[in-house]
Amino acid sequence: MAPFTQKTGLMLTRIWALVIKEFLALLQDKKSRFVLIVPPLIQLIVFGYAATFDLNHIPYAIYNEDSGFASRELLGHFQGSPDFQQVAVIEKEGQIAPLVNDQKALLVLHIGPRFTSDLLLHHPSPVQVIIDGRNSNTANLALNDVNSIFLSFDTNWAADHNWGGFPVQLAITSWFNPNLLSRWFIVPGIIALLTLVITLLVTGLSVAREREQGTFDQLLVTPMTPAEILIGKAIPGLVIGFLEGGFIALVAVLWFHVPFMGSLSALILGLFLFLLAAIGVGLMISSLALTQQQGLLGVFLFLVPAIILSGFATPIANMPELVQDLTYANPMRYFLIIVRGVFLEGDGVSLLWPQYWPLILIALVSMISASWLFRYRI
Amino acid sequence: MVGSPLQFLDVAKKFKRSKGEVQALQRLSFHLAYGQIIGLLGPDGAGKSTLMRMAAGLLLPDSGQVLVFGIDTFSPDNRIQSQIGFMPQRFGLYEDLTVQENLDLYSDLQGLNKEESQKRQQELLALTALDPFSKRYARALSGGMKQKLGLACALLRSPRLLLLDEPTVGVDPIARRELWEIIKALKEEGTTILISTAYFDEVERCDEVILLHEGQLLGQKTPGEFLSPLSNHTYLVNRKDSSRRQLQEELRFRQGVIDARIFTEGVRVLCMDLQIHPASGENWVPVPPTFEDAFVSLLGQKNVLADSPELPTRILPRHEINPEVVIEVNELKHFFGTFEAVKGVSFQVRKGQIFGLLGANGAGKTTTFRMLCGLLPVSAGILRVAGVDMRRASTSARALMGYVSQKFSLYGNLSCNQNLSFFSAAYGLKGKERRQRIDCALQEFQLSDYRDVNTDDLPLGIKQRLALACALLHDPLILFLDEPTSGVDPLARREFWQRVNGLAEGGVTILITTHFMDEAEYCDNLVLMSRGEVLAQGSPVEIRSKARNDVCSQPSMEDAFIYLIQEHEAVIRRFS
Repeated sequence: MAPFTQKTGLMLTRIWALVIKEFLALLQDKKSRFVLIVPPLIQLIVFGYAATFDLNHIPYAIYNEDSGFASRELLGHFQGSPDFQQVAVIEKEGQIAPLVNDQKALLVLHIGPRFTSDLLLHHPSPVQVIIDGRNSNTANLALNDVNSIFLSFDTNWAADHNWGGFPVQLAITSWFNPNLLSRWFIVPGIIALLTLVITLLVTGLSVAREREQGTFDQLLVTPMTPAEILIGKAIPGLVIGFLEGGFIALVAVLWFHVPFMGSLSALILGLFLFLLAAIGVGLMISSLALTQQQGLLGVFLFLVPAIILSGFATPIANMPELVQDLTYANPMRYFLIIVRGVFLEGDGVSLLWPQYWPLILIALVSMISASWLFRYRI
Repeated sequence: MVGSPLQFLDVAKKFKRSKGEVQALQRLSFHLAYGQIIGLLGPDGAGKSTLMRMAAGLLLPDSGQVLVFGIDTFSPDNRIQSQIGFMPQRFGLYEDLTVQENLDLYSDLQGLNKEESQKRQQELLALTALDPFSKRYARALSGGMKQKLGLACALLRSPRLLLLDEPTVGVDPIARRELWEIIKALKEEGTTILISTAYFDEVERCDEVILLHEGQLLGQKTPGEFLSPLSNHTYLVNRKDSSRRQLQEELRFRQGVIDARIFTEGVRVLCMDLQIHPASGENWVPVPPTFEDAFVSLLGQKNVLADSPELPTRILPRHEINPEVVIEVNELKHFFGTFEAVKGVSFQVRKGQIFGLLGANGAGKTTTFRMLCGLLPVSAGILRVAGVDMRRASTSARALMGYVSQKFSLYGNLSCNQNLSFFSAAYGLKGKERRQRIDCALQEFQLSDYRDVNTDDLPLGIKQRLALACALLHDPLILFLDEPTSGVDPLARREFWQRVNGLAEGGVTILITTHFMDEAEYCDNLVLMSRGEVLAQGSPVEIRSKARNDVCSQPSMEDAFIYLIQEHEAVIRRFS
């Protein structure tokens, strides 16, 4: 056993030396220290607050031709809602177009002259909603909010004025996110997003930088094997990725108050496997590149589709089938399911196996090709 | 001297560094005469590049005046720019443009009139012999051709003063000779040329030499004036029963000897005074002094001879010297796609030898070299290093090798100490032994002053020392040196060779590539490559004798190099 242990000891010495060197090279330089710490923090704060699907303060205008109390009551519902902000009251139809065109109002409520009298006669009365459809997503969301206000007005009116109850009542319960706060959906996604960006930046340039400066040759003539170089280069990415990922998760829970329902070990295992996959991809890109510039381009070439095709913002199920197949190669896809599952659904390790093993597969394939490329990329 | 092409009056320049200031030039005054080639020589950090950049008007003096054709570089007069051509150390060629497109671009940038520039470009393409390659991309040119293209771009405006900053660094002897032909032709046209160089033979071709040291002028004289005080101080020494290297080691420390270096069949010695000190069995023949002698006698003493005599042996225990073959290469081939870069090369290197790999740029010597150190896979043939088949178990062979690359590849934002720590561990040194080796290296390579300095901030000569120290930490059997002296000043080169010689005496096998033909003389054995094949191999004496012909009875190594390669290429052309 003695020669074996001696050999492993030498191996560990070499790997350890490389790890130390990588950390020194990363952290000794003021600029790279800055890049690792400040932009992710700013992005976390900015994305956490800014990236939301919820509409607040929808600007709307009123064109009320009715002078009765029913229309006042309806408008009172809008004025009382925090989601809506009245920006104008108009008297003529001609005023509508300029308001919408200039984006002063997202929607205009047009109440006809017979609104109160119709309602008092127990006739249904239409209310026209004119909405800016340029951003279809926003328009849909705003319309949803308008609908729910109409619904509550209808229910109140029916109860107060003896219309009798509706035969079917819609009772909506949202599981996992009772108030449908989009922040709960987005902030865990940011954990995946920022961890991926940081890990790719740390690993994606590490081999390319050495190749450009000629030190990679110097490394290859030492007795280090490609596997040792791979491990030595992967560990710093793993450590930094873990620290940043953990920090962002803490901020998500403590600052943004996203509930953490599931098991911590499921998240840690998921983060670990995700980091391995991301490091593998980063090192593969890096060992393909001959210069840092190529490395950076490669990282971005991977990063942008990886984020868009991950389900971070748009559901994978809505994508064309061919593109859906493509997302199976994207490590972020799996980690997003893991992180959202753990945070919101309370998933444990056993439920998440279908997400873990693809990550292991991606990590293995990318790392093996990276270590082959170390030596055979000419 | 109103109207001299270039005049410096009491010029001083300081630079701010992270720690304190560096005085690059101090109270420097000189002027150049019309139509001459003036050489600029000095060790690293002497202020050569600063001087060049000031002459080009890219830097302004802190105090004093720089006059170009009588015009102060401070004045906004743009007549200066139209009269000078400047080629910096690394000329900014656009690699993704062709030769022609680069010339067009620089013509446009300099606002030349279309017709005139067409004519000038034709002249320059003819002068630099680049016209067959006008459609080739700049990135696909050899080092020498790139320099010629850079020179052509600097000459587009027919400058009256041409400033060349080390134009021949990393260029093979053939291309170097071609560059000098161009420079001479320019002189005929009446251009004044200021050229900085690290080659002594180039200095001797200049009409006048400016010797710079630590920002001060040491002298401005003709080469002959520099040499005359040394006549009868230089000898070629021979001894029958010992190697040139042993003899050199002995002579270096003899009383009254300033310098001893290996030269052709013996050891060249520079003496302090006219008395000679032959020991028994030695044969001293007087030889004319060269510029290298002058340089050493003016600058060298304190630096070179400060080394301790036991320097190499202390860091490296002696390996046994025996005729064992350490590197065996047989019918070695390498293909890049379908292109055969190395076409069946064979040679053997014995233990303790200094083995040189020479060749023009693009001859396949770098490819061969990279296969030897295991950086490129072998396409075909046998390659054994220290008895290990490099095609199978290269890892175990690598533990026995040290490697210094052309660019002295070290981690730039790590300090000397951190670099040494990393490489010692990468070679598997641990604990007490590791600390001892690092301390030893810091001491022997005189790096203690720089231990906490980031390597990016080190002068080139120190970087090279550190690279060598890193490569020797694990006491390698074989040392691979890839153009280890390219761009390094003459003093650092000499110091480097002293160390290498010492290592070889200690039994380390050394494989080296170089563009300096005087360095080829230090080798025990040489291989000369051209177009992927071995043209000649043997000792320096044998190689030189192969080039002996009617025209040249005593060819130098450079003559031999050029003769053999041109001969070979002529044969190829005849058959193709």
